[in-house]
Amino acid sequence: MTLIREDGAGEDRFTRADTLEAALEVDGPVLVPLAIADEFAKARPGAEFGLTVPGSTPIDDVKPHFSGISLVAIEFPAFADGRGFSLAKRIAREGFAGTLRASGPLIADEFADALACGFTEVELPETMANRQPVQQWMAAKDTMSGHYQTGYGKGPSILQKRLAARKGA
Amino acid sequence: MYRYDEFDERFVRERVAQFRGQVERRLDGSLSEDEFKPLRLKNGLYLQLHAYMLRIAVPYGTLNSAQLRMLAHIAETYDKGYGHFTTRQNLQFNWPKLKDVPEILGLLADVEMHCIQTSGNCIRNVTSDQFAGVAKDEVEDPRPTAELIRQWSSLHPEFVWLPRKFKIAVTGAEHDRAAIKVHDIGLKLKRDEAGRVGYEVIVGGGLGRTPMIGKVVREFLPKDELLAYLEAVMRVYNSEGRRDNKFKARVKILVHETGEDEFRARVEEEYARLDGPTINAPEEEVERIAAYFAAPAYESLPDVSQVLDQARAIDPELDRFVEQNSFEHKQPGYIALTIALKEIGAVPGDMSAAQMRSFADIAEKYSFDEFRVTHSQNLVLPHVRKDDLPAVHAALKAAGLASANAGLITDIIACPGLDYCALATAKSIPIAQEIAKTFADEARQKAIGPLPIKISGCINACGHHHVGAIGILGLEKGGRENYQITVGGDATEHAALGERLGPGIDAEDVPAAIEAIVETYLGERQGEETFIETVRRTGAEPFKAGFTAFIESRAVQSEAAQ
Repeated sequence: MTLIREDGAGEDRFTRADTLEAALEVDGPVLVPLAIADEFAKARPGAEFGLTVPGSTPIDDVKPHFSGISLVAIEFPAFADGRGFSLAKRIAREGFAGTLRASGPLIADEFADALACGFTEVELPETMANRQPVQQWMAAKDTMSGHYQTGYGKGPSILQKRLAARKGA
Repeated sequence: MYRYDEFDERFVRERVAQFRGQVERRLDGSLSEDEFKPLRLKNGLYLQLHAYMLRIAVPYGTLNSAQLRMLAHIAETYDKGYGHFTTRQNLQFNWPKLKDVPEILGLLADVEMHCIQTSGNCIRNVTSDQFAGVAKDEVEDPRPTAELIRQWSSLHPEFVWLPRKFKIAVTGAEHDRAAIKVHDIGLKLKRDEAGRVGYEVIVGGGLGRTPMIGKVVREFLPKDELLAYLEAVMRVYNSEGRRDNKFKARVKILVHETGEDEFRARVEEEYARLDGPTINAPEEEVERIAAYFAAPAYESLPDVSQVLDQARAIDPELDRFVEQNSFEHKQPGYIALTIALKEIGAVPGDMSAAQMRSFADIAEKYSFDEFRVTHSQNLVLPHVRKDDLPAVHAALKAAGLASANAGLITDIIACPGLDYCALATAKSIPIAQEIAKTFADEARQKAIGPLPIKISGCINACGHHHVGAIGILGLEKGGRENYQITVGGDATEHAALGERLGPGIDAEDVPAAIEAIVETYLGERQGEETFIETVRRTGAEPFKAGFTAFIESRAVQSEAAQ
């Protein structure tokens, strides 16, 4: 797996574990499915962990865990399945301040959108990362310098920039 | 009309460069064919039956003369000398080469045009009333709303990977010419009791293989809340729309399967949770856009033009043309003129480069440099002085653009069908041509009156056959092309889906079957009823009986011939 962040390749501190038994054996931060989150938190109070959830997960299933976790990994079954973008937007809106990871076979052309929806990193299968190395991701995220939609991404939208320009004039 | 500012200009230029890069990354293997396909589709590039096809966005159907001249140049330089106007008010080139596409996109950007989101599972080019800003029955001009939606939906970070395509239409008039009830979202500008302007929001209409009439999810949405509410609808659809079956992925299926009330509740819940004021367009921005659509500098004229009346009195052809193709303008002394791209025997919606140039000159000289594309694959000169009509008619006639058949039985909508399309199961254009030839006689057309025929060459319904007063659907049956006929479809505020008359028939029988249907209408008609009014009153039964009699007579004839 390759981890790509806004500023380049990153290191994955988390280890994935699908069962409670496996999770309890992990040293360091662990990434567990939603279904065992409560049990894990009870068994390992204070341990750093993250949740992995499919893009179809209702926000109200994820939200109660916010205070105990430092990462949410949203699974993308395919690059063309956009549900993860909407879930990321909802998670960010509901106040989650940890790491928001898009996990799956995304393409570099989606990187800017992923960041704009609140993702902080993308976890790519190795085969994808070989075809589309990190340089392509860095280039793709900067191809468009403006966006029309207010409330997405860091900078002001084109609509806000126009307003600012007019008020400054 | 709207003009790009520095931000719009840069946006479109960067999008061209982005696509150029995507083509390069496909060629060097970074992108697989499966990954590249949706990227090229989102930029309007299809792989069709014989060649690539490039679909150019004509936002809400509005163009100016410089843009049309550029389209003529592209048609001559990179295509076979013509373009094709579509049922979504867009323009398609059917023969471009892949290597030329980035170049073509650059030329389009030179005249403030693009191909962004004319295909793919994203929000498509927004459509509107071709008589926007002209019609007397308008609450408010729908174009500023359409332009705001164009901007908001362009490369929306969250909504570019939807379950399926998504089409939005806006109207500001009482009489619906934008077919808002058969769109994924239809918006109608209206006033509430207090006189405030807002929208009626309709979701879940659509044609295709499962035609449905949209449901009203909001009776009244205050105008300044538009973008936040659209975001809520889109988020519910993006999250919950079906992705397991392409044929059940449109929002109409979600609304249908969820139930209208539950769907509404989910949208309202999402809407309550998002922070509207941070999403909606600032009022100043809405006003900035609206200012571009201010009325042009009309002259103060008497409503009656003596010049025109005298010319009509001595020129029956002009008289007929004006009678059939003009639309009442809210400004005295002006009319809007429909140019039917439906010469008898021509391909519906096709326009040659020479015609484009001639028409660009006419629009520049006589209609404030502006024209519209209609979803009936026709054009409109929106603001013509009545005094100028004789000269406009002469110029149109010289360009082969003066067909006096707007709205008549020969003004047929047809999808590209088996002549171009990879999805088609039957021919569509030749059927339209044969029907038009059958009813070529002008007096006969006039006697029959308004009768929109719509033809699709497959179940995907790009020719909107479900909402044709007469609808024709071409299918493949046992290795032969087979055509199903419906009557009673309507895309207006009386939206209705057509009802099938009987079994499918062979291509060569279609014109005679249409004649039989017309005979039934002429026999049933009361007073001044139009075809669709008669069907609405009588139902489909008499037409089914007439159609059955036609099929039986055919069977007898073919037996006798054996």
